[in-house]
Amino acid sequence: MAAGGAPMLPPESGAPHVLIIGGGGTGGALAHDLTLRGLRVTLVERGEITSGTTGRHHGLLHSGARYVTTDRAAAIECSAENKILRRICTGSFEENDGLFVAITDEDAAYEKRFLEACWECAVPARRIEREAALRMEPGLNPDLKFAIQVPDATMDAMRMPLRFFATARCNGADMRPFTEVVAVTMAGRTVGGVRVRDRASNREYEIGADIVVNAAGPWAGKVAALAGVSVPVAPSPGVMVAIRGRLCNMVVNRLHSPADGDIVLPQRQLTVVGTSSWLVDDPDDLETPPEQIEAIVRESGALVPAVAKAEIRAAWSAARPLIGGSGATTGSGAASGESATGTPAGHAGRELAREWRCFDHAADRTPTEGFMTVAGGKATTLRAMAEGTADAVCAKLGLVRPCSTNDVVLLRHTAWYSA
Amino acid sequence: MNVRLRISRFKAGDRKRHFENFEVEVEPGATVLDALLSIRRRLDPSLVVRHSCMHSSCGTCGVRVNGREVLACDTKLASLPAGKQIRVEPLRGQRPVSDLATDMVDFYARFESAGLPLVRTAEVHAVEPPDGIKSFGRFENCIECGLCLSACPISRWSRSYIGPAALAAAARVVAEPRNLGLGPVLALASEPDSVWRCRDAMQCTVVCPSAVDPAGALLDLRRHVAARGLKRLMRRGA
Repeated sequence: MAAGGAPMLPPESGAPHVLIIGGGGTGGALAHDLTLRGLRVTLVERGEITSGTTGRHHGLLHSGARYVTTDRAAAIECSAENKILRRICTGSFEENDGLFVAITDEDAAYEKRFLEACWECAVPARRIEREAALRMEPGLNPDLKFAIQVPDATMDAMRMPLRFFATARCNGADMRPFTEVVAVTMAGRTVGGVRVRDRASNREYEIGADIVVNAAGPWAGKVAALAGVSVPVAPSPGVMVAIRGRLCNMVVNRLHSPADGDIVLPQRQLTVVGTSSWLVDDPDDLETPPEQIEAIVRESGALVPAVAKAEIRAAWSAARPLIGGSGATTGSGAASGESATGTPAGHAGRELAREWRCFDHAADRTPTEGFMTVAGGKATTLRAMAEGTADAVCAKLGLVRPCSTNDVVLLRHTAWYSA
Repeated sequence: MNVRLRISRFKAGDRKRHFENFEVEVEPGATVLDALLSIRRRLDPSLVVRHSCMHSSCGTCGVRVNGREVLACDTKLASLPAGKQIRVEPLRGQRPVSDLATDMVDFYARFESAGLPLVRTAEVHAVEPPDGIKSFGRFENCIECGLCLSACPISRWSRSYIGPAALAAAARVVAEPRNLGLGPVLALASEPDSVWRCRDAMQCTVVCPSAVDPAGALLDLRRHVAARGLKRLMRRGA
């Protein structure tokens, strides 16, 4: 019996073995999806589960509204996944909705385009007049003109994904934190598994697999290099700041095209504000520039003025795993063979698009068998990324196994800690 | 800024723990966690540390710094005695994984045995919620970091004591039962290994990074348990 009461194929002894590299939201959701499809799954993560980008994100469950005018496909996918996650992760969200607040005439002029785009992307949105908005969120800038209400929500950035890990493990997935991949084992151009170092014992050993999936997020490039392949993933850090005090209950956004410092949201008795965006080569080398902290706090103070006056409890950076976009960074033209594509290549906006992709490196110019990479995406789309990747894995293995993660309610995060 | 750390090390198979000294360059404003990650990155990739959110909201990076339970991500190096070596050890009362990482399984077992929810969503009534939402919800303050359990002198000697975090969760249920029955919670609180084992050291409240105030919650719970006991006695007398 699978966790959550789902029908599950028994993990057959002869089932193909998939090894996932990376214990972030994507890897966890993929492990869950593949175990439900009856595959044997091992997941390795060099640190604690969710210690990379997943745990550091601001905890916003996107309604999709943030991307309706800039990345329509991402908006549509967020809108769909928002509803699914509320269903399969009940209790993991503060379902308080979000407001897009118009402060300037320029913001106000953006309303029509924004509402139309919300309509086209199936993101429920409605206008809230100034007085009503201030009754919902007394901390808003009193100079606001009006606000748009959308079904954003907040989550615990670690505990929501942890439910995927807990459920997958309960269903038979072998989860190994503190286990770092030091080499990809190959016979010619065919991947046969990985060599790992268990950091808890400092012991090295090999794990064989039929398919290795690189789900290392912004580290995907480093992991791919171990197999001698390249992926167009650009680590793009953003700064976030946690302010002491819960200064709002809803997710507060600025009504304009996505920019720096235009999200304010509650996390228990903190308020998290963000974010910024730049590109780095090494996702381990993250700085948190003081001038960015200042700028973000100043900008978000335009939405919720108390933010600019309250004490800062912490400031940190997280590296997004952005896909290189249509002008990809590796190869030329169509970079690698894509076997599954989430959202089509986005426009060149403020940042690279929020799309995600699954690459089968057997379709690379120099083919590498048995090795796939899933990269890009957002915390809100972790389940969809897992579905697309698991589809690709099953197709590659010649299996017809439908996805059932839409309907399986996940175990509570505490199940991860049961002996 | 240059800092010196003395870190407790342990690998599976080791007979006992030992300390190892490190010296590392950090940015001004850096935290203990920044220093630990910098050591892992630049000096010793085998250093095992738990961490996730980097802003005191997930509760994974609890350690003891100079003997005091803290979140590593929330402890600025500049707040520690300047020029002195900083001693970093894992939390007490948890199974060791390696180095500074502990397995939180026993911490959660205390909640599970009590049948208590940990992080549930509470309600916020202060303001007018938007249409379609009955009242604003919010996660409760406890981040399940285990600092209170490590700091509690009773928990250290008695594995059967249910401990401050679970009792604080019980007090939350009593304060805001919503759809949970009070009977089992108060029965649990009345047991010998529960509220009456506490000797008011208050260390749980001192180290709590999230203002849960387990000691205060425990005092409230005692009042309820005492009132319940008194009611029973009176009924017997009548």
